[in-house]
Formats: sequence, structure tokens, C-alpha cells
Amino acid sequence: MLDLLKGPVLTFQEFILLSGRAIRGVVRKPYYWDDLSIQMDLIGVGSLPVVILTGFFSGAVMALQMSRALQTYGATSQVGQIVAITLVREMGPVLTALMVAGRNASGMASELGSMKVTEQIDAMRALGTDPVMKLVKPRLMATAIVLPMLTVLADFLGLVGGWLVACILLGLTTTTQYWNSSWRSLEYNDIAQGLLKPFVFAIVLSLVGCYYGMQTTGGTQGVGRSTTQAVVVASVWVVVLTFLIGRIFVSM
Amino acid sequence: MDAVLVFDNVSFDFGLGPVLQNVSFSISPGETLVLHGAAGSGKTVLLKLALGLLRPVSGRILLFGQDVTNLDESEWYDVRARIGVLFQEGGLFDSLTIAENVAYPLLNQPRLKFPMDQIDARVARSLEFVELGHTLEKVPSELSGGMRRRVGIARAIVTSPELLLYDSPTAGLDPITANTIMALILKERDENNATTLMATHRHQDGEILVRYRWDKRTASLRPVGPGESTRTKYLLLRDGRIAFLGTPEEFDASRDEYVMQFASR
Ligand SMILES: Nc1ncnc2c1ncn2[C@@H]1O[C@H](COP(=O)(O)OP(=O)(O)OP(=O)(O)O)[C@@H](O)[C@H]1O
Ligand SMILES: [Mg+2]
Repeated sequence: MLDLLKGPVLTFQEFILLSGRAIRGVVRKPYYWDDLSIQMDLIGVGSLPVVILTGFFSGAVMALQMSRALQTYGATSQVGQIVAITLVREMGPVLTALMVAGRNASGMASELGSMKVTEQIDAMRALGTDPVMKLVKPRLMATAIVLPMLTVLADFLGLVGGWLVACILLGLTTTTQYWNSSWRSLEYNDIAQGLLKPFVFAIVLSLVGCYYGMQTTGGTQGVGRSTTQAVVVASVWVVVLTFLIGRIFVSM
Repeated sequence: MDAVLVFDNVSFDFGLGPVLQNVSFSISPGETLVLHGAAGSGKTVLLKLALGLLRPVSGRILLFGQDVTNLDESEWYDVRARIGVLFQEGGLFDSLTIAENVAYPLLNQPRLKFPMDQIDARVARSLEFVELGHTLEKVPSELSGGMRRRVGIARAIVTSPELLLYDSPTAGLDPITANTIMALILKERDENNATTLMATHRHQDGEILVRYRWDKRTASLRPVGPGESTRTKYLLLRDGRIAFLGTPEEFDASRDEYVMQFASR
């Protein structure tokens, strides 16, 4: 039993160590600005298509599924509110984070993993650069900056998708009422939650991606293994954390 | 004068049984140590210990007269600035061009602080040294295995390090290319008087280091003359333990069955 636990506990301990070094590194020199802008481009611009599509369709699907229930209660005018609240609090942050986990946490794990198995990480240390500062820190910072922005974009496009379905396709309510009810339903609390979540997800998924990359062993096969692990672990963390953060906000 | 590198009873493991056990040796300035051993005997681990990329479980390591066993990572960068290394897997950055790869230690070793205007010249000189002056703007994936190995050597020597570590420089190369690589290692050793530690599977590689010198005038190898010595020592690792440490002559004359498998008959 103890032996079974030993592996995960060790992994978690190493992960915390790496995270500590990377997060402390954020306020320390050296800064590799080139690497930061490359990563922001890769994660931000690169994820635009998939984030736009998932955001738009998650709003559309929500309006569609809610329409029948709302009609039963004769509350179709509330559709904007329902779409807005679920999107901003939950669906926007989680779906965007899952997409970025699939694209970028895996990308980080496979890129750093191949660097590890071809001794490029060793070479970095031998030639005077700290891989945590040069590789992990730019990825962490880039994700933390970009993911909240992507989430806001996904939220907005989700509202547009909901509007198309609710007002144009099904005619549940008027355009003015849709936007009014969605805008008024959002409280300060929702916005805070909707921005805090992607920020936390960004930190976790970039660090998970980098961690699994940096601890890759066993050649090309090992790289594949790390990549899969990174996506699975990052995705699970996202859904667990959204519950924990949501729990805190609900009790507030 | 102080030894360049000393291992004093060094042991190491990855948590799954010992990888190196009680390894002790020392290399003096200008000496060459050839590290023989079968696959998995611990050669790469030994070199990584000497670079501070791994930390010994017990024992002491001294570099340039300084005890480096318990240095933290930031202090290690100063020591590593004095060491050049060729990794077994190459370790070339595949997102950078050849010129950027070779310039990397000049730009990044915090302690070297090379003047910016000299960097290009040094990179060009180093690539000329390995006869790859025409590849500056290529990326590693566009070069053959042997050429990548040569770029690795150019990057290792570009800072004029006092100690050079080569990890299996001829592994996976055809005999002709392998001999070209060995000639480059000799050239660096004899032109710049570099202290050299080379891991290899091939007995010939060691013999080349023992029997030849680089002749600058004719730009080729020449056999060592009588009374001349290349000051070369052999070390043979067997499953992480030292099976032999001594002169090449003792190595070839050894009656030990395991050593005889590696020695020339
Ligand atoms: N990262 C690692 N994790 C666990 N064990 C390792 C690791 N790296 C090496 N080993 C083990 O350490 C031992 C020594 O490996 P090392 O790479 O030093 O061998 P080597 O002499 O360089 O072999 P080769 O000639 O094949 O390069 C081997 O048994 C290997 O399985
Ligand atoms: Mg090796």
C-alpha cells in the first residue's frame, strides 16, 4: 500500500519543487522576452480557431437545450441570463482550458520531452542557462497572460452563439431583451470567478505540461508517454479545480 | 599544480540500485583520460557528475582545485564556464541555427561575458576548425550525423575551455567519419593543450589518442616520436566499478579476463 502511494507522492513533490522554482523565477532575472513572445503567439494566436469554435457552439448548444425547459415554464425571456451565467462562470473557462490543455500542455510536454531525451536540457545547463528560466518560465507566463484573454473571447462568442439560436433560429426572445438580461445578470462575483479560473488553470496546465516534459526518460517512446500523461493530468486538474474554486465562490 | 578533475570515492544511483560505486581517479593539466566501458557501464553518468548535471550520493568531486560536491546550481555555472562538453546524443538545439548553437555558450555563460563584436569571429573560427564554415545558417536537422557531431565539437571548444569532455564521440559513425572526429579531438588537444576526458566504446579511439599527435605544420596526424608521450591514461568501467585504471601499456598487457576483452590483442 505504502509502495503504491510512493510514486504519486514523489511525483507530486517534484512537481511542487519545479512549480516553486518557476513561480519564484517570474520575479527574477534573467528574462527571455523572445521566448515569451513566441510562446504567447503559439498559445494565443495558435489557439484562436479552436477557442472561437468551441466558445460559439457551447453557447449555441446551451440556448438550444434550455429552450424547451424555458418554454415549459414560460420563462423564455431568461435565456440570455442562463447562457451568460453558465458561460462566464463555468463553460467558458473550463472548455477553453481543456482545449489549451489538449493543444499546448501536450505541446510543451512533447517539446521539452524531446529536448530532454536528446540531451538539449543537459546542454542548456552545461552551457550556462537554467532550463527553468529559459523554458518553463516563458511558458508559464505566456499561458497565464493569454488564457484569461482567450476565455473572455470564448465567453463573448458563446453569447453570440446563444443569441443566434435563441433570437434568430428559435425566436425565443428579442435581441434587446437577450443582451439586456445577459448583461444585467452578471455580477462582479461572476466576472471575478470567470477570470480567476483561467488564470489558475493556466498556471496548473503549463506547469503540468513542462513538468512531464522535463522528467521524460526512455527515448521517443518516453516522449509519447509524457505527452499523454500531461494532457490527462492537466485536464483532470482543470475539472477538479473548477469545482474547488466554484465551491469557494458559492460559499462567499 | 592542482589536478583539473578529481573523483574521490564517488558513488551514484538513480534509486534503483547503484550506477557508480566508489570511483576514484584524477586528471592533471594536459593529461588525457580515456573512459572505456560496455553500454550501460556508467560512462555518461560519470561525465554528467563531472559537470554537476547529476549529484553524487557519496564521495567528493574536485574541479580546478575547488570542491564542487555541494555547490548549488548557480555556483555551478561559474565552474561549467571552464568546461567544454560534447554530449552523446548531440544536445544541439534544433530550434537554433548552427551559428546560434555554437554562439550559445558565448552568449549565455554568465561569467564569460564575451564582447559582442568578437562573438561572430569566434563562432566562425570554431566552425572553420571543424571544417564546417559553410553551414552557419543551416539548422541541425539539415546536417548528417557526422556533421552534427562536428558542430557539437565546435560548440564545445568555442569558449577555449580548460577541460573538455567528449561522450562517445564516434558512436554510430562509419569508420572514416569516426577517424575524422578523432582527428579533431586530437587537434584541439594538441593545439590548445586541452585536458581531455573521452568516453568511448571503441578501443581504436583510445589508441589514436595515445599514438598520434596533431601536427600543426602539415595539418595532419603524425605518430608520436620516441621519448614523446601523449600523457594518456585508461579507465575501464564495469557495471559502475573501476575494472582498470592505468597506462595504455598496462591495459594492453593486462591478464585480467574482462580487461582483455577490451584491449587489442
Ligand atoms: N535517467 C536515468 N534513470 C534511471 N537510470 C538511468 C538513467 N540514465 C542512465 N541510467 C542507468 O545508469 C546506468 C549507466 O548508464 P550510462 O548512460 O552512464 O551508460 P553508458 O556507459 O554511457 O552507456 P552507453 O555506452 O550505452 O552510452 C545504466 O544501467 C542505465 O540504465
Ligand atoms: Mg553513454
